[in-house]
Amino acid sequence: MNKIIKKNILSENIVKLEVEAPLIARARKAGHFVIVKVGKYGERIPLTIAGADVQRGSITLVIQKAGKSTRKICALNEGDSITDLVGPLGKATHIENFGTVVCACGGVGTAPMLPIAEAMKKAGNRVIAVQAARTKDLVILEEEMRQHADEIIPMTDDGSYGTKGLITSGIEAVIKREKVDLCVTIGPAVMMKFVSLLTQKYRIPTVASLNTIMVDGTGMCGACRVTVGGKTQFVCVDGPEFDAHQVDFDEMMMRLNAYKEFE
Amino acid sequence: MIDPEYLKTLRNEPWREALRQRMKNRERTAIPRVKMPELDAGIRSHNYGEVNRGLSPEQALRESQRCLDCPDPQCIAGCPVEVNIPKFIKNIERNDFPEAARTLKETSALPAVCGRVCPQEKQCESRCIYTRMGKEAVAIGYMERFAADFERESGPVSVPGRAASNGTKIAVIGSGPAGLSFAGDMAKYGYDVCVFEALHEIGGVLKYGIPEFRLPNEIVDVEIAGLQQMGVTFVTNCIVGKTLSCEDLHREGFKGIFIASGAGLPNFMNIPGENLSGVLSSNEYLTRVNLMGAYKREADTPVFPGKKVAVIGGGNTAMDSVRTARRLGAEQAMIVYRRSEKEMPARVEEIKHAREEGILFMNLYNPVEYIGDETGRVKQMVLQKMELGAPDASGRRSPVAIAGQTETVDVDLVVVSVGVSPNPLVPRAFAGLDISRWGTIVIDPDTLQTALPGVYAGGDIVRGGATVILAMGDGRKAAAAMRKQL
Repeated sequence: MNKIIKKNILSENIVKLEVEAPLIARARKAGHFVIVKVGKYGERIPLTIAGADVQRGSITLVIQKAGKSTRKICALNEGDSITDLVGPLGKATHIENFGTVVCACGGVGTAPMLPIAEAMKKAGNRVIAVQAARTKDLVILEEEMRQHADEIIPMTDDGSYGTKGLITSGIEAVIKREKVDLCVTIGPAVMMKFVSLLTQKYRIPTVASLNTIMVDGTGMCGACRVTVGGKTQFVCVDGPEFDAHQVDFDEMMMRLNAYKEFE
Repeated sequence: MIDPEYLKTLRNEPWREALRQRMKNRERTAIPRVKMPELDAGIRSHNYGEVNRGLSPEQALRESQRCLDCPDPQCIAGCPVEVNIPKFIKNIERNDFPEAARTLKETSALPAVCGRVCPQEKQCESRCIYTRMGKEAVAIGYMERFAADFERESGPVSVPGRAASNGTKIAVIGSGPAGLSFAGDMAKYGYDVCVFEALHEIGGVLKYGIPEFRLPNEIVDVEIAGLQQMGVTFVTNCIVGKTLSCEDLHREGFKGIFIASGAGLPNFMNIPGENLSGVLSSNEYLTRVNLMGAYKREADTPVFPGKKVAVIGGGNTAMDSVRTARRLGAEQAMIVYRRSEKEMPARVEEIKHAREEGILFMNLYNPVEYIGDETGRVKQMVLQKMELGAPDASGRRSPVAIAGQTETVDVDLVVVSVGVSPNPLVPRAFAGLDISRWGTIVIDPDTLQTALPGVYAGGDIVRGGATVILAMGDGRKAAAAMRKQL
């Protein structure tokens, strides 16, 4: 049982939770995720860690209501507990001084990007965050991101905030303006697909953090398998980050819909 | 190994002698082997009730009379944990069922589990004098289950005596059969044992793998409660190598570590279409159903209720999967296996039960491709017809494709059950372990010690994919060796 210390509502459908988890707070690195289960008969779902406080012994999770299980987690309040929480899982982000790193995050993907931007900045990189959302209300954690990024480029599909347009146009503007050494992308699969196609065109190495269906999250079930460079990989133990240019995003999107009829 | 003199002393106790005198061996051997009462196949293929119902006291008593209480019993050597088989059976014969249960617990941490899932026909019962006489072996497994169940159902279970606490902390990684068996023995020796489990439930494969109709979770929980009463502590949701490092364990004062993390990683065949939705590993399928309870209305975890289900493979896990599919409402559930039934690694009883439940066996077929519909769901599989060639390294005749002979079969769910590989999570966490090219941990076969001092390993992380009882045997062996070393 892990107690919820703090709850913030970031937008109508997005909730930020600070959860007591001292061991995970100490062990986690940028890129790691946890498996969360709420209730005796709850589902095990993966959530990428959005931050940690070793002193307070807590981690931060940002959850967007999408299905039954995420709605259940979002309904929890301060003082409630998450029934089961395990982690940190997956491989940590490869951090080094690449030069200039573009963090391309879509929607709730900004949350797991925070620790990556932080670590990249600490390693000496120039960090540019392109933060895209459908509309103004869905632009989240901009202030937090500002603490780690040298520059933030907010984008909305409808132009209600920042620059109007898709994330790819924001990234492309940066690429045309200066040399980009690495792109890291986290967001909806379809967005990552188009980010990947764009950076491939400019031959910019790109890492995508994938969020697939998982059951155990430790390599046991294989529900999370994706094709990377023609080979089957498990997101939970081989990832969650992969060379985006090698990922078969179409297959991934098809597999993400596998249980749609049950929602 | 158990001292033969000790066995002889027990055998010479007056009550055992008296029992032997009571009936002539000829009378004993004339008794036919008991038949296990089973849930009707028509009913059970639509529910999760346990298939084997267990013997009545009368049946157990009658069966116990078949045992000749041999002067040189071979059955014990056939048991990886060396249960004193004649002693427990003769206790049944003299109507002391609780003592029979206590005898089992002297060496086995999980008798009610072993009585259900051990392949006795390949172990103790294969060594029985009856087998050597060409008759049906004494039903050791059925009686083991009877004694353990009788004790559990008749009130508080006995807790094996434990030595005075010596205050030495021991860590166990994984709460499956190897870990539980090791924990039980170390607790008996007086150690302070803590078991770390990655999942939210204790029991490992006994919970996520073996289905309710073969091993109810409730049975496993009672055995775990017994270990807790012996002072074993359990920490769930904790992955050594992730949540805690092995340095953390040393810092916390653990003097010995037993790695029993199992062979979690499912193998796939790397054929076209294997990543279509509706194609999944038996681990995923069984975990969704057994651990997450997907068959229950209140569970949030979904599972595909396939109507035409193909399970690829011929092992026990394949049988568990295909029988689960039937219970989830499959109109047609089939096994696709590349060899013939004779080579199937599954227990004879499982194959028999599957057949009774209407499972179709497509032997000598091997899938070569899966075909999906426009949404990416599997709708067909292409099967290659096989024949048996020369024996391979395993001694079984190897399957060879018959050129040009394929069949396309409609399916809406495919469960791939072609073995597992060791989970690299834990081995990766311990620098200095010797890892084989199959990913298993290399150990000293006598002591089960790894290349790291104080770190032992057993079960599937060493064997790569074996049985519950072999894992338990490893647990016992490692416990004895670690105790000697500490």
